Amino acid sequence: MRLTVDRERCISSGSCVRSDPAVFDQDVADGRVLLLHEAPGPEHRDAVLRAVHSCPAGALTIVEDR
Amino acid sequence: MTEISEAEAEYPSFPMARSCPYGPPKEYEEIREQAPISKVRLALNGREAWLVTRYDDVREILSDSRVSADITNDGYPLMLPVPMEILKSVPRALFHLDHPEHTVQRRLIMPEFTIRRIDAMRERTLEIIDEYIDAILAKGGTVDLIEELAMPIPAQAICELLGIPVGDRHFFHEYVAGILGKDSDPEQIAVREAQMAAYIERMLVERSEKPGDDLVSNLIVRNEEDGFGLELAEIGILVRAIVAGGHETTANMIGLGILALIDHPDQRELLMRDRSLASRAVDELMRIFSISDFGTSRVAMEDIQLGDTLIREGEGIIASLAAANHDPDLFPDPYRFDITRESVRNVGFGHGVHQCSGQTMVRMQLELIFPRLFERVPGLRLAVPAEELPLKNDSLIHGLYKLPVTW
Repeated sequence: MRLTVDRERCISSGSCVRSDPAVFDQDVADGRVLLLHEAPGPEHRDAVLRAVHSCPAGALTIVEDR
Repeated sequence: MTEISEAEAEYPSFPMARSCPYGPPKEYEEIREQAPISKVRLALNGREAWLVTRYDDVREILSDSRVSADITNDGYPLMLPVPMEILKSVPRALFHLDHPEHTVQRRLIMPEFTIRRIDAMRERTLEIIDEYIDAILAKGGTVDLIEELAMPIPAQAICELLGIPVGDRHFFHEYVAGILGKDSDPEQIAVREAQMAAYIERMLVERSEKPGDDLVSNLIVRNEEDGFGLELAEIGILVRAIVAGGHETTANMIGLGILALIDHPDQRELLMRDRSLASRAVDELMRIFSISDFGTSRVAMEDIQLGDTLIREGEGIIASLAAANHDPDLFPDPYRFDITRESVRNVGFGHGVHQCSGQTMVRMQLELIFPRLFERVPGLRLAVPAEELPLKNDSLIHGLYKLPVTW
Protein backbone atom coordinates (compact mmCIF):
# COMPACT_ATOMS: atom_id res chain seq x y z
CA MET A 1 0.00 0.00 0.00
CA ARG A 2 1.06 3.59 -0.59
CA LEU A 3 0.21 6.58 1.58
CA THR A 4 0.27 10.35 1.43
CA VAL A 5 -0.05 12.86 4.25
CA ASP A 6 -1.41 16.38 4.08
CA ARG A 7 0.56 18.51 6.54
CA GLU A 8 -1.74 21.47 5.96
CA ARG A 9 -4.71 19.50 7.29
CA CYS A 10 -2.72 17.84 10.11
CA ILE A 11 -3.60 19.10 13.61
CA SER A 12 -0.79 17.30 15.48
CA SER A 13 -3.13 14.99 17.41
CA GLY A 14 -0.58 12.17 17.40
CA SER A 15 -3.39 9.76 16.59
CA CYS A 16 -1.47 8.10 13.72
CA VAL A 17 1.66 7.62 15.85
CA ARG A 18 -0.48 5.86 18.44
CA SER A 19 -1.78 3.55 15.71
CA ASP A 20 1.62 2.69 14.21
CA PRO A 21 4.82 4.37 15.42
CA ALA A 22 6.82 2.42 12.82
CA VAL A 23 5.04 4.20 9.97
CA PHE A 24 4.21 7.62 11.44
CA ASP A 25 6.11 10.10 13.55
CA GLN A 26 5.59 13.66 14.78
CA ASP A 27 7.81 16.53 13.64
CA VAL A 28 9.62 17.86 16.74
CA ALA A 29 9.23 21.43 15.50
CA ASP A 30 5.47 21.54 15.04
CA GLY A 31 4.05 18.18 16.12
CA ARG A 32 2.71 17.52 12.65
CA VAL A 33 2.85 14.15 10.93
CA LEU A 34 6.03 12.76 9.42
CA LEU A 35 5.63 9.75 7.16
CA LEU A 36 8.44 7.30 7.90
CA HIS A 37 7.37 4.82 5.19
CA GLU A 38 5.43 5.82 2.11
CA ALA A 39 4.87 2.20 1.20
CA PRO A 40 4.48 0.19 4.41
CA GLY A 41 4.47 -3.58 4.13
CA PRO A 42 1.36 -5.77 4.52
CA GLU A 43 2.14 -6.37 8.20
CA HIS A 44 1.30 -2.70 8.80
CA ARG A 45 -1.97 -2.73 6.88
CA ASP A 46 -4.39 -3.04 9.82
CA ALA A 47 -2.63 -0.40 11.89
CA VAL A 48 -2.42 1.99 8.94
CA LEU A 49 -6.11 1.56 8.14
CA ARG A 50 -6.83 2.35 11.77
CA ALA A 51 -4.61 5.43 11.60
CA VAL A 52 -6.33 6.68 8.45
CA HIS A 53 -9.80 6.13 9.92
CA SER A 54 -9.03 7.69 13.27
CA CYS A 55 -7.20 10.78 12.01
CA PRO A 56 -9.38 13.61 13.36
CA ALA A 57 -8.41 15.92 10.51
CA GLY A 58 -8.57 13.55 7.54
CA ALA A 59 -4.90 14.22 6.84
CA LEU A 60 -3.96 10.68 5.76
CA THR A 61 -4.84 9.13 2.41
CA ILE A 62 -4.23 5.67 1.00
CA VAL A 63 -3.37 6.23 -2.66
CA GLU A 64 -2.84 2.59 -3.53
CA ASP A 65 -3.94 -0.52 -1.65
CA ARG A 66 -3.02 -3.94 -2.96
CA MET B 1 -47.22 34.58 19.58
CA THR B 2 -46.33 31.99 16.98
CA GLU B 3 -48.19 28.73 16.93
CA ILE B 4 -46.16 25.71 17.98
CA SER B 5 -47.25 22.46 16.35
CA GLU B 6 -47.77 19.44 18.55
CA ALA B 7 -44.59 17.75 17.31
CA GLU B 8 -42.53 20.83 18.01
CA ALA B 9 -43.96 21.21 21.47
CA GLU B 10 -43.00 17.64 22.19
CA TYR B 11 -39.34 17.87 21.25
CA PRO B 12 -37.45 16.23 24.11
CA SER B 13 -35.78 18.61 26.52
CA PHE B 14 -31.97 18.81 26.43
CA PRO B 15 -29.66 18.05 28.17
CA MET B 16 -31.02 14.78 29.50
CA ALA B 17 -29.78 13.59 32.87
CA ARG B 18 -27.57 10.58 33.29
CA SER B 19 -29.15 8.15 35.72
CA CYS B 20 -26.00 6.24 36.68
CA PRO B 21 -22.25 6.90 36.44
CA TYR B 22 -21.94 4.69 33.35
CA GLY B 23 -23.11 5.40 29.85
CA PRO B 24 -25.17 8.23 28.38
CA PRO B 25 -28.73 9.22 29.28
CA LYS B 26 -31.08 6.28 28.56
CA GLU B 27 -33.10 8.33 26.05
CA TYR B 28 -30.24 8.36 23.51
CA GLU B 29 -30.74 4.73 22.59
CA GLU B 30 -34.34 5.21 21.52
CA ILE B 31 -33.51 8.42 19.67
CA ARG B 32 -30.65 6.75 17.79
CA GLU B 33 -32.93 3.85 16.79
CA GLN B 34 -35.96 5.87 15.78
CA ALA B 35 -34.67 9.22 14.51
CA PRO B 36 -30.88 9.41 14.81
CA ILE B 37 -30.78 13.07 13.79
CA SER B 38 -33.66 14.78 15.51
CA LYS B 39 -34.73 18.00 17.13
CA VAL B 40 -34.48 18.69 20.84
CA ARG B 41 -35.48 21.73 22.86
CA LEU B 42 -32.82 23.38 25.02
CA ALA B 43 -33.83 23.47 28.67
CA LEU B 44 -31.92 26.72 29.11
CA ASN B 45 -33.76 28.92 26.60
CA GLY B 46 -36.41 26.84 24.87
CA ARG B 47 -34.63 27.01 21.53
CA GLU B 48 -34.41 24.10 19.12
CA ALA B 49 -31.27 22.26 18.10
CA TRP B 50 -30.42 19.08 16.20
CA LEU B 51 -29.22 16.14 18.29
CA VAL B 52 -26.91 13.85 16.28
CA THR B 53 -26.53 10.37 17.79
CA ARG B 54 -24.89 7.98 15.29
CA TYR B 55 -21.10 7.54 15.31
CA ASP B 56 -20.67 8.15 11.57
CA ASP B 57 -22.91 11.23 11.57
CA VAL B 58 -21.19 12.72 14.62
CA ARG B 59 -17.78 12.29 12.97
CA GLU B 60 -19.05 13.70 9.70
CA ILE B 61 -20.48 16.84 11.26
CA LEU B 62 -17.38 17.44 13.42
CA SER B 63 -15.18 17.15 10.31
CA ASP B 64 -17.33 19.52 8.27
CA SER B 65 -15.75 22.90 7.57
CA ARG B 66 -19.22 24.48 7.25
CA VAL B 67 -19.88 24.29 11.00
CA SER B 68 -18.77 26.83 13.57
CA ALA B 69 -17.73 26.26 17.19
CA ASP B 70 -18.19 29.96 17.99
CA ILE B 71 -20.38 30.15 21.08
CA THR B 72 -21.37 33.74 20.28
CA ASN B 73 -23.13 32.69 17.08
CA ASP B 74 -26.84 33.17 17.44
CA GLY B 75 -27.82 29.54 16.86
CA TYR B 76 -25.17 27.99 19.11
CA PRO B 77 -26.82 25.48 21.50
CA LEU B 78 -26.07 27.09 24.87
CA MET B 79 -26.27 24.93 27.98
CA LEU B 80 -25.11 27.35 30.67
CA PRO B 81 -27.01 30.44 31.79
CA VAL B 82 -24.42 33.00 30.75
CA PRO B 83 -25.84 36.15 29.14
CA MET B 84 -24.75 36.72 25.53
CA GLU B 85 -23.24 40.13 26.29
CA ILE B 86 -20.92 38.47 28.78
CA LEU B 87 -20.07 35.66 26.36
CA LYS B 88 -19.20 38.25 23.75
CA SER B 89 -17.03 40.23 26.15
CA VAL B 90 -14.95 37.25 27.30
CA PRO B 91 -12.04 36.55 24.98
CA ARG B 92 -12.34 33.11 23.50
CA ALA B 93 -9.48 30.68 22.94
CA LEU B 94 -9.17 27.45 20.95
CA PHE B 95 -12.37 25.72 21.98
CA HIS B 96 -14.81 28.30 20.65
CA LEU B 97 -12.74 29.73 17.81
CA ASP B 98 -13.00 28.90 14.12
CA HIS B 99 -10.42 28.82 11.34
CA PRO B 100 -8.16 30.77 10.80
CA GLU B 101 -7.79 32.04 14.42
CA HIS B 102 -8.20 28.52 15.77
CA THR B 103 -5.55 27.11 13.44
CA VAL B 104 -2.99 29.72 14.50
CA GLN B 105 -3.53 29.05 18.22
CA ARG B 106 -3.54 25.30 17.79
CA ARG B 107 -0.30 25.38 15.79
CA LEU B 108 1.32 27.54 18.44
CA ILE B 109 0.57 25.14 21.30
CA MET B 110 0.77 21.69 19.72
CA PRO B 111 4.58 21.33 19.79
CA GLU B 112 4.15 21.31 23.60
CA PHE B 113 1.92 18.24 23.46
CA THR B 114 3.76 15.83 21.17
CA ILE B 115 3.96 12.22 22.28
CA ARG B 116 7.74 12.56 22.71
CA ARG B 117 7.44 15.66 24.87
CA ILE B 118 4.74 14.17 27.07
CA ASP B 119 6.53 10.83 27.39
CA ALA B 120 9.43 12.72 28.93
CA MET B 121 7.07 13.69 31.77
CA ARG B 122 6.14 10.11 32.68
CA GLU B 123 8.75 9.52 35.33
CA ARG B 124 8.02 12.78 37.15
CA THR B 125 4.27 12.16 36.90
CA LEU B 126 4.66 8.73 38.49
CA GLU B 127 6.59 10.33 41.36
CA ILE B 128 3.73 12.77 41.86
CA ILE B 129 1.19 9.94 41.82
CA ASP B 130 3.24 8.04 44.41
CA GLU B 131 3.42 11.07 46.69
CA TYR B 132 -0.36 11.36 46.75
CA ILE B 133 -0.84 7.63 47.26
CA ASP B 134 1.67 7.79 50.15
CA ALA B 135 -0.40 10.52 51.76
CA ILE B 136 -3.63 8.55 51.31
CA LEU B 137 -2.11 5.42 52.85
CA ALA B 138 -0.77 7.45 55.76
CA LYS B 139 -4.19 8.95 56.34
CA GLY B 140 -6.12 5.68 56.49
CA GLY B 141 -9.78 5.24 57.33
CA THR B 142 -12.18 6.58 54.71
CA VAL B 143 -10.66 8.85 52.07
CA ASP B 144 -12.36 10.86 49.33
CA LEU B 145 -10.30 10.08 46.25
CA ILE B 146 -11.72 13.05 44.34
CA GLU B 147 -10.21 15.44 46.83
CA GLU B 148 -7.07 13.47 47.65
CA LEU B 149 -6.10 12.13 44.24
CA ALA B 150 -8.29 13.02 41.26
CA MET B 151 -8.17 16.80 41.69
CA PRO B 152 -4.57 17.37 42.86
CA ILE B 153 -2.79 15.15 40.33
CA PRO B 154 -3.88 16.96 37.14
CA ALA B 155 -3.34 20.29 38.93
CA GLN B 156 0.18 19.21 39.81
CA ALA B 157 0.79 17.98 36.24
CA ILE B 158 -0.30 21.36 34.86
CA CYS B 159 2.03 23.10 37.32
CA GLU B 160 4.90 20.97 36.00
CA LEU B 161 3.94 21.78 32.41
CA LEU B 162 3.66 25.52 33.00
CA GLY B 163 6.74 25.62 35.23
CA ILE B 164 4.88 26.95 38.29
CA PRO B 165 7.35 27.33 41.19
CA VAL B 166 6.71 24.87 44.04
CA GLY B 167 5.96 27.75 46.43
CA ASP B 168 3.04 28.93 44.25
CA ARG B 169 1.43 25.54 43.77
CA HIS B 170 -0.87 25.72 46.77
CA PHE B 171 -2.53 28.59 44.91
CA PHE B 172 -3.21 26.34 41.93
CA HIS B 173 -4.63 23.61 44.13
CA GLU B 174 -6.89 26.06 45.95
CA TYR B 175 -8.02 27.40 42.59
CA VAL B 176 -8.94 23.93 41.33
CA ALA B 177 -10.71 22.97 44.58
CA GLY B 178 -12.53 26.31 44.63
CA ILE B 179 -13.74 25.98 41.06
CA LEU B 180 -14.73 22.31 41.11
CA GLY B 181 -16.22 21.80 44.55
CA LYS B 182 -19.93 21.01 44.85
CA ASP B 183 -20.49 23.99 47.11
CA SER B 184 -18.57 26.54 45.03
CA ASP B 185 -20.79 29.54 44.43
CA PRO B 186 -20.59 31.73 41.31
CA GLU B 187 -19.11 34.64 43.22
CA GLN B 188 -16.32 32.56 44.67
CA ILE B 189 -15.62 31.08 41.24
CA ALA B 190 -15.43 34.57 39.70
CA VAL B 191 -12.92 35.66 42.36
CA ARG B 192 -10.76 32.58 41.79
CA GLU B 193 -10.86 33.06 38.01
CA ALA B 194 -9.78 36.69 38.39
CA GLN B 195 -6.92 35.65 40.67
CA MET B 196 -5.80 33.05 38.15
CA ALA B 197 -5.95 35.56 35.29
CA ALA B 198 -3.82 38.01 37.30
CA TYR B 199 -1.34 35.27 38.21
CA ILE B 200 -0.95 34.20 34.58
CA GLU B 201 -0.57 37.79 33.47
CA ARG B 202 2.32 38.31 35.89
CA MET B 203 3.89 35.04 34.81
CA LEU B 204 3.76 36.13 31.15
CA VAL B 205 5.54 39.39 31.84
CA GLU B 206 8.24 37.64 33.89
CA ARG B 207 8.84 34.94 31.32
CA SER B 208 8.90 37.25 28.33
CA GLU B 209 11.75 39.04 30.10
CA LYS B 210 13.48 35.86 31.19
CA PRO B 211 12.27 32.75 29.34
CA GLY B 212 12.80 29.37 31.01
CA ASP B 213 12.22 25.77 29.97
CA ASP B 214 8.45 25.55 30.28
CA LEU B 215 5.27 25.76 28.20
CA VAL B 216 4.60 29.44 28.86
CA SER B 217 8.13 30.51 27.90
CA ASN B 218 8.04 28.25 24.86
CA LEU B 219 4.80 29.82 23.63
CA ILE B 220 6.19 33.33 24.06
CA VAL B 221 9.43 32.49 22.24
CA ARG B 222 7.75 30.53 19.44
CA ASN B 223 5.19 33.26 18.89
CA GLU B 224 8.01 35.76 18.49
CA GLU B 225 10.47 33.68 16.47
CA ASP B 226 8.01 32.00 14.12
CA GLY B 227 5.87 35.08 13.57
CA PHE B 228 2.54 33.79 14.94
CA GLY B 229 1.61 37.38 15.63
CA LEU B 230 -0.32 36.90 18.89
CA GLU B 231 -0.38 39.62 21.54
CA LEU B 232 0.93 38.68 24.98
CA ALA B 233 -2.63 38.99 26.32
CA GLU B 234 -3.83 36.43 23.77
CA ILE B 235 -1.16 34.01 24.90
CA GLY B 236 -2.45 34.56 28.44
CA ILE B 237 -5.95 33.58 27.37
CA LEU B 238 -4.52 30.53 25.66
CA VAL B 239 -2.67 29.50 28.83
CA ARG B 240 -5.89 29.93 30.81
CA ALA B 241 -7.66 27.74 28.27
CA ILE B 242 -5.01 25.06 28.78
CA VAL B 243 -5.46 25.26 32.56
CA ALA B 244 -9.26 25.20 32.27
CA GLY B 245 -9.31 22.40 29.69
CA GLY B 246 -6.77 20.27 31.50
CA HIS B 247 -7.96 19.90 35.05
CA GLU B 248 -11.67 19.19 35.46
CA THR B 249 -11.77 16.76 32.54
CA THR B 250 -8.76 14.79 33.75
CA ALA B 251 -9.88 14.87 37.38
CA ASN B 252 -13.32 13.53 36.45
CA MET B 253 -11.82 10.73 34.38
CA ILE B 254 -9.53 9.72 37.25
CA GLY B 255 -12.49 9.46 39.64
CA LEU B 256 -14.77 7.62 37.23
CA GLY B 257 -11.96 5.34 36.05
CA ILE B 258 -11.19 4.24 39.60
CA LEU B 259 -14.90 3.56 40.16
CA ALA B 260 -15.13 1.45 36.98
CA LEU B 261 -12.12 -0.62 37.98
CA ILE B 262 -13.44 -1.13 41.53
CA ASP B 263 -16.82 -2.12 40.08
CA HIS B 264 -15.38 -4.56 37.51
CA PRO B 265 -12.86 -6.83 39.28
CA ASP B 266 -12.40 -8.99 36.17
CA GLN B 267 -11.29 -5.99 34.09
CA ARG B 268 -9.08 -4.74 36.91
CA GLU B 269 -7.36 -8.12 37.15
CA LEU B 270 -6.81 -8.18 33.39
CA LEU B 271 -5.10 -4.79 33.57
CA MET B 272 -2.97 -5.73 36.58
CA ARG B 273 -1.83 -8.94 34.87
CA ASP B 274 -0.96 -7.19 31.61
CA ARG B 275 0.03 -3.54 31.98
CA SER B 276 0.34 -3.18 28.22
CA LEU B 277 -3.48 -3.02 28.25
CA ALA B 278 -3.35 0.38 30.00
CA SER B 279 -3.66 2.39 26.81
CA ARG B 280 -6.65 0.36 25.59
CA ALA B 281 -8.19 0.55 29.05
CA VAL B 282 -7.98 4.33 28.90
CA ASP B 283 -9.63 4.30 25.46
CA GLU B 284 -12.45 2.15 26.81
CA LEU B 285 -12.89 4.39 29.87
CA MET B 286 -13.06 7.44 27.60
CA ARG B 287 -15.70 5.65 25.54
CA ILE B 288 -17.89 4.31 28.30
CA PHE B 289 -17.98 7.58 30.28
CA SER B 290 -17.77 10.08 27.38
CA ILE B 291 -17.53 12.79 30.02
CA SER B 292 -17.72 15.68 27.58
CA ASP B 293 -20.91 14.75 25.78
CA PHE B 294 -22.10 18.00 24.18
CA GLY B 295 -19.03 20.22 24.47
CA THR B 296 -18.87 19.53 20.74
CA SER B 297 -21.90 21.63 19.88
CA ARG B 298 -21.82 23.58 16.62
CA VAL B 299 -23.78 25.96 14.40
CA ALA B 300 -24.37 25.33 10.68
CA MET B 301 -22.90 28.23 8.69
CA GLU B 302 -24.52 26.92 5.48
CA ASP B 303 -27.25 24.40 4.68
CA ILE B 304 -25.78 20.96 5.36
CA GLN B 305 -27.23 17.67 4.13
CA LEU B 306 -26.45 15.06 6.79
CA GLY B 307 -27.82 11.69 5.71
CA ASP B 308 -31.53 12.24 5.04
CA THR B 309 -31.66 15.38 7.12
CA LEU B 310 -31.23 18.92 5.87
CA ILE B 311 -29.73 21.11 8.55
CA ARG B 312 -30.42 24.75 7.72
CA GLU B 313 -27.94 27.57 7.96
CA GLY B 314 -27.98 29.06 11.44
CA GLU B 315 -29.38 25.98 13.17
CA GLY B 316 -27.66 24.57 16.26
CA ILE B 317 -26.19 21.07 16.24
CA ILE B 318 -25.37 18.90 19.24
CA ALA B 319 -22.96 16.21 18.06
CA SER B 320 -23.30 13.88 21.03
CA LEU B 321 -20.04 12.10 21.80
CA ALA B 322 -21.69 9.84 24.39
CA ALA B 323 -24.35 8.75 21.90
CA ALA B 324 -21.73 8.15 19.17
CA ASN B 325 -19.60 6.13 21.59
CA HIS B 326 -22.52 3.82 22.37
CA ASP B 327 -23.58 3.27 18.75
CA PRO B 328 -24.00 -0.53 18.62
CA ASP B 329 -23.06 -0.61 14.93
CA LEU B 330 -19.49 0.27 15.90
CA PHE B 331 -19.36 -0.87 19.52
CA PRO B 332 -21.19 -4.18 19.96
CA ASP B 333 -22.77 -4.55 23.40
CA PRO B 334 -21.98 -0.88 24.00
CA TYR B 335 -22.78 -0.77 27.71
CA ARG B 336 -20.31 -3.51 28.54
CA PHE B 337 -17.02 -2.21 29.98
CA ASP B 338 -14.34 -4.25 28.23
CA ILE B 339 -10.74 -3.07 28.23
CA THR B 340 -9.79 -5.58 25.55
CA ARG B 341 -12.35 -4.21 23.10
CA GLU B 342 -11.00 -4.17 19.55
CA SER B 343 -12.98 -1.51 17.81
CA VAL B 344 -12.64 1.67 15.83
CA ARG B 345 -11.22 4.62 17.72
CA ASN B 346 -13.97 6.15 19.83
CA VAL B 347 -14.68 9.88 19.88
CA GLY B 348 -14.23 10.42 23.62
CA PHE B 349 -11.67 13.13 22.90
CA GLY B 350 -13.83 14.57 20.12
CA HIS B 351 -13.17 14.55 16.39
CA GLY B 352 -12.23 17.08 13.73
CA VAL B 353 -9.92 20.07 14.15
CA HIS B 354 -11.13 20.71 17.71
CA GLN B 355 -10.22 17.26 19.01
CA CYS B 356 -8.73 17.61 22.51
CA SER B 357 -5.29 19.18 22.14
CA GLY B 358 -4.13 17.86 25.53
CA GLN B 359 -5.19 14.26 24.97
CA THR B 360 -1.62 12.90 24.97
CA MET B 361 -1.07 14.44 28.40
CA VAL B 362 -4.41 13.15 29.72
CA ARG B 363 -3.74 9.66 28.38
CA MET B 364 -0.30 9.63 29.98
CA GLN B 365 -1.68 10.50 33.42
CA LEU B 366 -4.54 8.01 33.20
CA GLU B 367 -2.33 5.19 31.89
CA LEU B 368 -0.04 5.62 34.90
CA ILE B 369 -2.51 6.28 37.67
CA PHE B 370 -4.88 3.29 37.46
CA PRO B 371 -2.34 0.45 37.51
CA ARG B 372 -0.26 2.25 40.15
CA LEU B 373 -3.18 2.85 42.50
CA PHE B 374 -4.42 -0.74 42.43
CA GLU B 375 -0.88 -2.09 42.69
CA ARG B 376 -0.24 -0.10 45.85
CA VAL B 377 -3.74 -0.35 47.33
CA PRO B 378 -4.99 -3.75 46.14
CA GLY B 379 -7.85 -3.87 48.64
CA LEU B 380 -9.38 -0.60 47.47
CA ARG B 381 -13.19 -0.57 47.76
CA LEU B 382 -16.07 1.88 48.01
CA ALA B 383 -16.89 3.18 51.46
CA VAL B 384 -20.51 3.93 50.51
CA PRO B 385 -23.03 2.08 48.30
CA ALA B 386 -22.43 2.91 44.63
CA GLU B 387 -25.96 4.38 44.31
CA GLU B 388 -25.04 7.05 46.84
CA LEU B 389 -22.11 8.46 44.85
CA PRO B 390 -22.99 12.07 43.93
CA LEU B 391 -22.98 12.55 40.13
CA LYS B 392 -22.08 15.90 38.59
CA ASN B 393 -25.41 16.15 36.82
CA ASP B 394 -25.39 19.94 37.02
CA SER B 395 -22.03 20.28 35.25
CA LEU B 396 -21.16 20.35 31.54
CA ILE B 397 -18.64 17.62 32.19
CA HIS B 398 -19.74 14.30 33.65
CA GLY B 399 -18.04 13.16 36.83
CA LEU B 400 -18.34 12.44 40.54
CA TYR B 401 -18.32 15.01 43.32
CA LYS B 402 -17.03 12.49 45.82
CA LEU B 403 -15.53 9.02 45.75
CA PRO B 404 -15.22 7.81 49.35
CA VAL B 405 -13.08 4.67 49.54
CA THR B 406 -11.42 2.49 52.11
CA TRP B 407 -9.11 -0.55 51.92
